[in-house]
Amino acid sequence: MRLLFRQINLKEKGIEIFLSLSAFVSILTTMGIIMILFTESFQFFKNVSPVEFFFGTQWEPLLVPKSFGILPLLSGTLIIVAGSALISIPFGVLTAIYLSQFASEKTRNIIKPVLEILAGIPTVVYGFFALSFITPILRSILPFTEVFNAASASIVVGIMILPMVASLCDDALRSVPRSLKEGGFALGSTDFEVIKGVLVPSAFSGIMASFILALSRAFGETMAVTIAAGATPKLTINPLESIQTMTSYIVQVSLGDTPQGGIEYQTIFAVGIVLFGVTLLMNFFANWVMNRYREVYE
Amino acid sequence: MNDILSRRKLKAKIFRIIATISTWSSIIILIILLGNIALDGFSNINWTFLSSFPSRFPHKAGIKAAIWGSIWMLALVAIIAVPIGVSAAIYLEEYAKKNKLSRFIEINIANLAGVPSIIYGILGLTIFVRFFQLDRSLLAGSLTMSLLILPVIIMAAREAIKAVPKSIRLGAFAVGATRWQTIQSHVLPASTPGIFTGVILAMSRAIGETAPLIMIGALTYVAFVPENINDPFTTLPIQIYNWVSRPQVEFHHLAAAGIIVLLVVLLTMNATAILIRNRSLKKYKW
Repeated sequence: MRLLFRQINLKEKGIEIFLSLSAFVSILTTMGIIMILFTESFQFFKNVSPVEFFFGTQWEPLLVPKSFGILPLLSGTLIIVAGSALISIPFGVLTAIYLSQFASEKTRNIIKPVLEILAGIPTVVYGFFALSFITPILRSILPFTEVFNAASASIVVGIMILPMVASLCDDALRSVPRSLKEGGFALGSTDFEVIKGVLVPSAFSGIMASFILALSRAFGETMAVTIAAGATPKLTINPLESIQTMTSYIVQVSLGDTPQGGIEYQTIFAVGIVLFGVTLLMNFFANWVMNRYREVYE
Repeated sequence: MNDILSRRKLKAKIFRIIATISTWSSIIILIILLGNIALDGFSNINWTFLSSFPSRFPHKAGIKAAIWGSIWMLALVAIIAVPIGVSAAIYLEEYAKKNKLSRFIEINIANLAGVPSIIYGILGLTIFVRFFQLDRSLLAGSLTMSLLILPVIIMAAREAIKAVPKSIRLGAFAVGATRWQTIQSHVLPASTPGIFTGVILAMSRAIGETAPLIMIGALTYVAFVPENINDPFTTLPIQIYNWVSRPQVEFHHLAAAGIIVLLVVLLTMNATAILIRNRSLKKYKW
């Protein structure tokens, strides 16, 4: 009897250890990412001064004379982020308000799956859509638009992250207690006034967090911008020109035959660490906003 | 007085109309997107397309290598990521004490879910391709992809396990079951539909991902079906990207045809997940 118990205990312990090791894989992954990015960028920064990297306005690591200023890639990425925000934020918030306040159960059951499908479509498909549908439309309206341009890519990235904004805002709006809303109506407000004056302010932290999380996805989005936005690192704010984002630069290098260990190879880690750092900060910030400004309801 | 009231009501009405239009425009976008792809690609879907290897000549090119590559990768990712992900979820929900370490692991997993996929590509390239010298093999690609979808599986499985009421566990403990016996015989069976749904959604993410595989060098000319885990491979999204990035319009139509195949697979997977979710909602009422 005692022996049996001891055996059972041993088995229980063994299982627990195995399970905890699985949970540890996620920590190893993070450590792996950080270590790789740091060691390789350290090599890079031995050759290129951080001042040139962060403030240089020319990005030409594959040409001679080489120059390693990340600002053109950063501006390219920011155009995509800003453009996608213009699409996803208004449409996302309005969709969330409609879903949580106006829509019948039946309408919800149509819209929700449609949003899930839009969110699940692979990014390479959005890239194709941008190139084969949106760019031709842009070019017929504004003939001086380049074949590869930031506008078309940011429109599809906006469509891509719209479901995320909509569903996170929907959750935030639904967590506002009914009594607050009813209070607004009892004072004789119209539904627009209740939404503007009660619901949106009450759900503000969740709404802001959804924007930040969605934009951090736009920041790291790769395939759609690689396909549709071009490969021309350029410090510009004109969305109708061809640009290059940080992500599509990394793809470009990995497609070519860049020898391992060379400075060109190290650039992907230097760009990668900026990409990783910014998205991480945005995710932390979203969490902080959510916790800091959360209204707690009984 | 009446004037102000009617103005307020008009404002509310206009807002409602704008919100309605914005919402329904998602459906219109989806219809345009699918219609555009169907128009471009549908005429290219035939047996030659499904059963040929890639080629320089558009009329001879097909997705056989890509389909088999995707199937191989999906199977390997399932074998690698599902056991680890579910185990991690069980540990965090059932074993881990609520202390700093478990809190840290939780935050860490949430953050990993937000890391851009191309960063996983850099990780896979450095660790699996170069350090472990797996080269551009199926195994390297599947390991990279497994790390990418692990956070998704863990979070979905945790939600499913959390949804099992405490009384079920206490019932098992009361008749003398150990912790693992309780999990095995009570918690896991009750949470299986939820876990399964999460796994399918994670898999559908894996099947559509492109960037990390391009990073590890999977964009090569592959004109054969992989036979073991050390073979080089290509997958559907990579083949699609390859065709999209060529200038000739014939290849764009091939890309559209490839996208149709990819979307059919994805929609089937998602529909299965939704079906399981709805059925289990009916089955278990706590």
